[in-house]
Amino acid sequence: MNPEIGGFALIIALFLSVVLALIPIYGASTANEMWMSYAKPLAAGQFLFVFISFICLGYAFSHDDFSVVYVAQHSNSQMPIQFKLSAIWGGHEGSLLLWALILTGWTFAVSRFSKALPLDMLARVLSVMGIVATGFISFLLITSSPFARYLPRYPVDGADLNPLLQDFGLIVHPPMLYMGYVGFSVAFAFAIAALLSGRMDAAWARWARPWTNIAWAFLGMGITLGSWWAYYELGWGGWWFWDPVENASLMPWLVGTALVHSLAATEKRGVFKSWTLLLAIFAFSLSLLGTFLVRSGVLTSVHAFASDPERGFFILMLLALTMGGSLTLYALKAPNVKSESSFSWLSREVLLLINNVFLTVMAVTVLLGTLYPLLIDALGQGKISVGPPYFNAVFVPIMCAMSIAMGVSVAVRWRESTPKAVLDKLWKPAVFSIICGLLFPMIYGNGFEARVFLGISISLWVMSSVVTEFIGKFRNAQSITSRLKQLPLSYYGMMVAHIGVGVTAVGITLVSNYSEERDMRMQTGDTVEIADYQFTFQGTHVVKGANYMADQATIVVAEDGETIVTLRPEKRRYNVKNAMMTEADIDASLFRDLYVALGEPLEDGSWAVRMHYKPYVRWLWLGGILMALGGLLTVADKRYRQRSARQEPTNA
Amino acid sequence: MTPKRKKRLTIILGLVFGTALIVGLVMYALSENINLFYSTSQIANGEAPVGARIRAGGMVVDNSVKRFPDSLKVQFAITDYEHQVVVEFTGILPDLFREGQGIIAQGKMDANGIFQADEVLAKHDENYMPPEIAESMKKKQEAQQ
Repeated sequence: MNPEIGGFALIIALFLSVVLALIPIYGASTANEMWMSYAKPLAAGQFLFVFISFICLGYAFSHDDFSVVYVAQHSNSQMPIQFKLSAIWGGHEGSLLLWALILTGWTFAVSRFSKALPLDMLARVLSVMGIVATGFISFLLITSSPFARYLPRYPVDGADLNPLLQDFGLIVHPPMLYMGYVGFSVAFAFAIAALLSGRMDAAWARWARPWTNIAWAFLGMGITLGSWWAYYELGWGGWWFWDPVENASLMPWLVGTALVHSLAATEKRGVFKSWTLLLAIFAFSLSLLGTFLVRSGVLTSVHAFASDPERGFFILMLLALTMGGSLTLYALKAPNVKSESSFSWLSREVLLLINNVFLTVMAVTVLLGTLYPLLIDALGQGKISVGPPYFNAVFVPIMCAMSIAMGVSVAVRWRESTPKAVLDKLWKPAVFSIICGLLFPMIYGNGFEARVFLGISISLWVMSSVVTEFIGKFRNAQSITSRLKQLPLSYYGMMVAHIGVGVTAVGITLVSNYSEERDMRMQTGDTVEIADYQFTFQGTHVVKGANYMADQATIVVAEDGETIVTLRPEKRRYNVKNAMMTEADIDASLFRDLYVALGEPLEDGSWAVRMHYKPYVRWLWLGGILMALGGLLTVADKRYRQRSARQEPTNA
Repeated sequence: MTPKRKKRLTIILGLVFGTALIVGLVMYALSENINLFYSTSQIANGEAPVGARIRAGGMVVDNSVKRFPDSLKVQFAITDYEHQVVVEFTGILPDLFREGQGIIAQGKMDANGIFQADEVLAKHDENYMPPEIAESMKKKQEAQQ
């Protein structure tokens, strides 16, 4: 009975979203207040019924209801409960249900926390989100219902979840990522509402900005978690593979980053309005494109989900409708949107514009590299793949150029700055970063290395220019504490996020240049030396897990003859699918990781063993966390709450 | 020209020039870094260039996996059920690598007609077949009918 309730709840949710998509927006265009006021309860109802549906699926998983096809394919009675529950989004149907849940959740949140929003604006925003929800819930119901049953004969036990997914990473990574992906639908809805109403002022930017920043922070966090997960779980110690599915999440993040900055300029100075709208449309369209790439299986990827052409076609239609519709609307209405102020060549506006151009170009190059194989295939020119060298060759130089502009942008003021003032602020951090960049490879490595110099100098430049600017704020301050309080939270957010970029850049530079990796055939007692660490293989023994058997190796790592850690990587065999899984063991610390993974047992009792020394690899993700944190700090800024508090009485 | 128009012209020229430069660089980087896919039949027919970086895919032939003692070197054959190609690889094979499984290898053909792989990819889903392999097999079947 339970799965039927879930399916039925989903159908009710679809009806509600259809009504939400039609009535409030029509009410807004005819100034019918009653129709507009339906938006809030509809948003709540839609969320409630998708939530019920989600709970039903969760119940089916936790109670091992293998009559449900989706549960039977993705779960097993032996699985620990936390993985049974996260298996809800371990496959296609369930991930879409999570998508729908988060989408309706965002819609509900907008309806709850937008007291400052005029009724017609709210009605339009919620309606646009209702249109998106209609698309996705019908997609779920038509092509991929998670509630289909094996009846009357159903399997005694489930087929088990892919062992790679039976991990903490599955619990946190997809929800975070989807929060970001789907969160851009809010920015999209605001953009469409602005185009429809023709109202695109500072107030609009102030409403749209917190939502966009939150979505952007979640997406960044999701990408960071994904990179960390891939690093420890896939067993080859890489943190970014330029895989189509990774690119699918990176593209909306890049455009989202541009959007976050462009929105700041729109809010503060009333400029770049039509550009901001376009970015909002593209950020969400790229999220949809990402979903299409992931779900249709048109590209070869490590995320190899079984493909289904029908589903791919449906998402492609959704994408075409979304992009076609919104861009047509944009073409019709955007010319009416006017910028409110002027600025000179050396101003923060221009630097933000430069940053936007760089970010967009990066997104386009990633898009090109990702879609190029599809294009060539469609033209009948053969099957190709675009390798990481392409992405590195294109991405890294643009990233460097953008980072240099980033340092300048914090020192430049809105509207106009004199070159002298900017130079006065920036020469110290510039000299500091160049000198440190020169010295670092000599001290840390074995002599000068151009790439390390460049990477370190640029990272330090990004960080030190922000810090110098921050210290400069205290020059004429009477008391440090009062000045600290005076600075808006969004300023701290910017600082933290920019420092995060620098931290990530340090990580990338050092882990790419100073990592050491060795794949070895090892007998019990063998010792290998990597980067001054001695790895001694002490044989394997069998251990038994909840739903797997494993060979666990003991590898003692010593530095200068002194044991520092004992690592126990495993080679697991999961009982149900008889699937092999490499479980790496890592000694993590702020300045270096020691990473050991087992390959396969060889004939003479020796093992293939992979050992890595990864300096500063943690900085990559630390920077990602800082960026996301920066985005959230900005949202916490007083001015977003003050406005709503002030307007509340008039609204009520 | 008015100063305003002049300014606009500079911006437009800058944009056009910048875009052209970036597009040029990107196309160059692309042309240097694409890897063409060859089926084992194409390789057996000598269609694959020697020494260029390519991708090859097929099913791992049963009982073809041989290990060399004292190193991590391994040799195996892949097939599209018509022609076989011998692949050599040094390193750790992915977890899902096994006989009868579809794989994709990246590397170069050497002068002896052996594919020297520097990367072997097996997918994380046992029912999954790389689209390239699926398609080259479908073509085979159609040709046979």
